Amino acid sequence: MSDTPVSNNRLAVLDHSRLRAISGKADDERGRISVRDVDIVFDTVSGPHVAVQNANLTIRPGEFVCLLGPSGCGKSTLMNAIAGFVAPKTGDVQVDGNTVTEPGPDRGMVFQQHSLFPWKTVQENVAFGPLMAGVGNDEANSIARTFLSLVGLAAFANAYPNTLSGGMQQRVGIARALANYPSVLLMDEPFGALDAQTRIMMQENLLDIWSEFHNTVVFVTHDIDEAVFLSDRIVVMSASPGQIIADIDVKLPRPREQSLLTSADFMALKRQCLDLIRKETLNAFEQQNRAG
Amino acid sequence: MDSKSNAAIRTEPVAEPPLQPTVGQSAARESKPVLPTMQKQANNESRLPARVWMKTTGVRYLVRTMALIVAVVLWQLASTKGFHFYINFENIPAPSVVGAALMSELTGQEFYLHILHSLERVAIAYVLAVVVGVVLGVAMGRSRWAEDIILPYIELLRPIPAVAWIPLAILMLPTEQSSIIFITFLGALFPVILNTVHGVEQTNSVLIRAARSLGASRTAILWHVILPGAMPSIVAGLAIGMGVAWFSLLAGEIISGQYGIGYYTWNSYTLIQYPQIIIGMLTIGGLGTLCTLLVRHSCSPLLKWQAKGGRS
Ligand SMILES: Nc1ncnc2c1ncn2[C@@H]1O[C@H](COP(=O)(O)OP(=O)(O)OP(=O)(O)O)[C@@H](O)[C@H]1O
Ligand SMILES: [Mg+2]
Repeated sequence: MSDTPVSNNRLAVLDHSRLRAISGKADDERGRISVRDVDIVFDTVSGPHVAVQNANLTIRPGEFVCLLGPSGCGKSTLMNAIAGFVAPKTGDVQVDGNTVTEPGPDRGMVFQQHSLFPWKTVQENVAFGPLMAGVGNDEANSIARTFLSLVGLAAFANAYPNTLSGGMQQRVGIARALANYPSVLLMDEPFGALDAQTRIMMQENLLDIWSEFHNTVVFVTHDIDEAVFLSDRIVVMSASPGQIIADIDVKLPRPREQSLLTSADFMALKRQCLDLIRKETLNAFEQQNRAG
Repeated sequence: MDSKSNAAIRTEPVAEPPLQPTVGQSAARESKPVLPTMQKQANNESRLPARVWMKTTGVRYLVRTMALIVAVVLWQLASTKGFHFYINFENIPAPSVVGAALMSELTGQEFYLHILHSLERVAIAYVLAVVVGVVLGVAMGRSRWAEDIILPYIELLRPIPAVAWIPLAILMLPTEQSSIIFITFLGALFPVILNTVHGVEQTNSVLIRAARSLGASRTAILWHVILPGAMPSIVAGLAIGMGVAWFSLLAGEIISGQYGIGYYTWNSYTLIQYPQIIIGMLTIGGLGTLCTLLVRHSCSPLLKWQAKGGRS
C-alpha cells in the first residue's frame, strides 16, 4: 500500500519552522504546577465522598506527567482541580504561583470525546479561544488555520465535527486547546475512545507537538503502555480514596519511537506500573466487596 | 532512529489522514479531500443528487398529494350522493361548490383583507411570543429560581383554551386588536417556552466546561454554547408555536368586529354560509401550514450542522 515515497519519520511531516515560529511564545518558565495537601470531597446522597486525599505534587514547567490509576480513583477529579472545575476542600492548587480558583485559558483542556462545539466548523472551534481572548476575527482565524495545519487538518477547516472520525476530532480538540498558547495542557483520557492504531498515531503526534511547544502536560490515562510511552513521570494513584502512591521517573530517551515499546527498559517500567496498578485494583475490588 | 520500520507501521492506520494531508501518505480513505475543490464538494454532499431525490423525496411528495386528492374525491362523492350513515354529508357543500365559492371570494377584495388582518395579528403575536418565550425559557433552563417562580404560572395557564380567555382579554386590554393579539400570543407562547427550557436543560456540560477553559465569559457561553445547543429544540417549539398561534387566532377573532379570517369563518357560521365556513377553515389550515413551513425553512440554516456531511 505504501508505494508513496514516505520518508515517514513522523517528525518530517510537521512543518518545523512554522511550529517553532508559533511556539516561540512558549516560555520555559511557564507551567509550574503545585498541588499542596489537597483533599477533594464530594457531597453525595450517601454522605461525603473523599475522591482525592492528601495529594501533593509538583510539576516542573515543560514536564510531561501521566496520572495513572484504577477507574474511579480520582484522576479526573485531581485534574479538574488543576483545571479549576472543582475546588479542593483543603490545601491548594497553584499554577505559576497563582492559586487556581476557576478555569482559564492558561490551562488548556482536552477531553475524552465529543467536546467540540458541534454547531461550529472545525475552524470556528479552533478560533474560539483566541476570539474569547479578544483578538480580532481575522487574527483568530489565522491562528486557527495555523493550528489546524499543525495537526494536519487544514483541509477540513470548514467541515462540521460530526463529519470527522474520532481521531480527527481529538486532533481538532488538541489544536483548539493549543490555540490559546496555554502553559499547561490538561488531557483527560484524550485517546481513550480511539482504536489501537489511531491511538498510537495520536500519541506520536502529541509528542511531536509537545517537543516543540514544550508546555507542561498532565495526561490522565489508565493505559500503562500509553503512560510509559509518553511521559517524563508517572504519578500512580491508589483506589478510592485517591492518594498518590508512587511517582515514577521515566528516563527513556526522546524522541520516542515505536521500537521503544519492546525495549527492556520500557518493559521494566511497564512491569513496575502493572504491579502497582494490579495491587490497587485488587484493593479497589476488595473495598467494593466490603461495601456491597 | 529506525525510520524504515516506523514508516511501515505508520502507513497502516488508514482510518486517519496523514498528519499533513499534502504529503499524501497512503490511500487513506479520509485523506482524499486534499484539494480545495474536493473539499467544497464534500461540504455539498448533504444535498441529494437529483436522481436519488426523485426516487425518495419526490415520490413521497407525490404520495402526499395523492392522499389529499383521494380525500377530495371521496368528499365530492359523499356530498353529491348524499351520504348519510351516522356521519351526514347531506348538508355539506361538495368541493365543487366550495371551489366555486372560493373563486368568487378570490375575485373580490374582502377576502384578502381578512387574510391580511389575520397575518398582521399573527405576526405581531408570534414575534412577541418568540421573544418572551425564548427569554423566559432560557432563564428557566439556567436558573432554578426562575424556573420555580415561572413554572407554576405555566402549568396553571397552559391548559386553558384560547376561547376561555376572551372575556378577560376584552376586560383587560384597551382595544379589540390588542385582545386578539394577546390571545394569539398566549397560544404561541407556551410551546416556545417549554421547548426552550427543554433544549437549554439538555446542554452538554462537557461543552460548557470546554468553553470555560477556553476563556469564555458567561455571556459568551450563552451565545456560543447554550443557545446553539438548544436550537433544535427551540426550532421545534417555534414551529409548534406557529401552529398554535393560528389555532388561537380563530378564538381571538370571534371578538373582532370586521376583519380577520377567523372572524370570516365565525361570521359565516352565524350567517349559515356553509361553503364560506369551509373556505375559512381551509384557509386557516393552509396559512398555518405555510407559516409553519416558513418558520422551519428560515430556521434551517441555524441547524445545518446537524446534517451529516458526505463522510460519516
Ligand atoms: N461530581 C461528582 N459528585 C460526586 N462524586 C463524584 C463526582 N465526580 C467524581 N466523583 C466520584 O469521585 C471518585 C473519583 O472520580 P474520578 O472521575 O476522578 O475517577 P477517575 O480516576 O477519573 O476514574 P475513570 O478512570 O473511570 O475516569 C469516583 O468515586 C466518583 O464517583
Ligand atoms: Mg476519569
